[in-house]
Amino acid sequence: MAVEVKVTANLQKLLGGQRSVQAEGATVRELLDDIERRHPGFKEMVMSDGQLHRFVNIYLNDEDIRFLGQLDTPLKEGDIISVLPALAGGAQ
Amino acid sequence: MAVTVYIPTPFRRLAGNQTYLTAEGETVGEVLDRLGEAYPALRHMIYNERDEIPGHVNIYVNNQEIHSLQGKETPVKDGDEMAVIPAIAGGGPEPSGRALTPEQVNRYSRHIIMPQVGPAGQRKLMEAKVLIVGAGGLGGPAALYLALAGVGTIGIADFDTVDLSNLQRQVLHQNDDVGRLKTESARDTIHAYNPDVNVVIHNSPLTSDNAMEIIPNYDMVVNGADNFTTRYLVNDACYFAGKTLVDGSILLFDGQATVFVPGTGCYRCLFPAPPPPGMVPNCAEAGVLGALTGVMGSIQAIEVIKQVLGIGDSLVSRLLLFDALSMEFRVVKLRRDPKCPLCGDDATIHGLIDYEGFCGAPFPGHAGGAIDGAGAQPGGGNGS
Repeated sequence: MAVEVKVTANLQKLLGGQRSVQAEGATVRELLDDIERRHPGFKEMVMSDGQLHRFVNIYLNDEDIRFLGQLDTPLKEGDIISVLPALAGGAQ
Repeated sequence: MAVTVYIPTPFRRLAGNQTYLTAEGETVGEVLDRLGEAYPALRHMIYNERDEIPGHVNIYVNNQEIHSLQGKETPVKDGDEMAVIPAIAGGGPEPSGRALTPEQVNRYSRHIIMPQVGPAGQRKLMEAKVLIVGAGGLGGPAALYLALAGVGTIGIADFDTVDLSNLQRQVLHQNDDVGRLKTESARDTIHAYNPDVNVVIHNSPLTSDNAMEIIPNYDMVVNGADNFTTRYLVNDACYFAGKTLVDGSILLFDGQATVFVPGTGCYRCLFPAPPPPGMVPNCAEAGVLGALTGVMGSIQAIEVIKQVLGIGDSLVSRLLLFDALSMEFRVVKLRRDPKCPLCGDDATIHGLIDYEGFCGAPFPGHAGGAIDGAGAQPGGGNGS
């Protein structure tokens, strides 16, 4: 189950400088585990204690997975996952 | 008796795209009749079905409106200049009853000519009151385009002074403004573009103590805050005040924008809690593409204008994501969270809270010191 995972520019350093990677998994949770195997350290930016951080959203296509099956949301071939942390906005 | 008649932009396409027409006549009525014969489409704008000049069109002879003269019977002589100025769309009752001046019709003609705006829409813009939180990267282009559009009252909330490092992106401020209060620099820049705008400046940091004194004075709020503490405060205050919040944020090459109308979801529905301090860098630590702030701030201005005019589909319930590197715009759904502590079914927040405690960081510029190492830099302010 290969899906495309897109991240914001402030997370790309965790993916070896890439904005978008292919990863595998039947659910979002498995997908994050697969990314973690390839890019250790990624998972702790988006989740802890088995829960997504409250300042990070994950979208399956255009839907927030909190309103689907959370981390157990099933994936299918060709889905696009977006990982979106809150941005404070600001250039001080 | 040849009289020159000025045709404003909205009517010009009905008059062979000419700015000035010449017509003969002894009175205003005769001149208008000649114009109507030459340009039948223009006649429909000047006369209603009862052959009267409708209430939304003013006729001027040498800059005097003909109602103060002798109406259509006002005599004209060789060399007089007339002007046909549409004032109030549709002739219906208008909120303030004030007509647009010829100068305003000319200034805003590219808006007025669009049926989605028209003279009535322009009047709505001129009566709108919009608060800009942060006179920085996002607040700058948002404030400028709202000022150019003729938004009547623009509030600017920022406590900071202009730093040289702001000038890479903050279009409200120029080289000579370094060291000045951002609010004062912003006010002068806005007035240089459009002196008709009433600029209200708020120089104190927004806090739980003053937010509910400031925000209720406005129709809607543009969020250009550069820190989570202010962002959650503004979200909650807008919810309690019943005000639409046009939200935008930026970092590096990414921008996010959405519109929160109370009851349709809020920033807490989108992000229930802020990241721990230091976990998500700010623009001072990580950088931001200057021109990206122009894109996102302009999008915020567009959303304000659409809300004021009541046109189009707003970003309510949608989060717009812009990636300047891949040059991709995407939209994801934003839902009201029934479990939201602010606007959910069993809300637990019933008034402004301690945002410094909630975010683990003080309000920048507030007594209590800097947000962290980066926040202590000169230039740390409300404005991104």
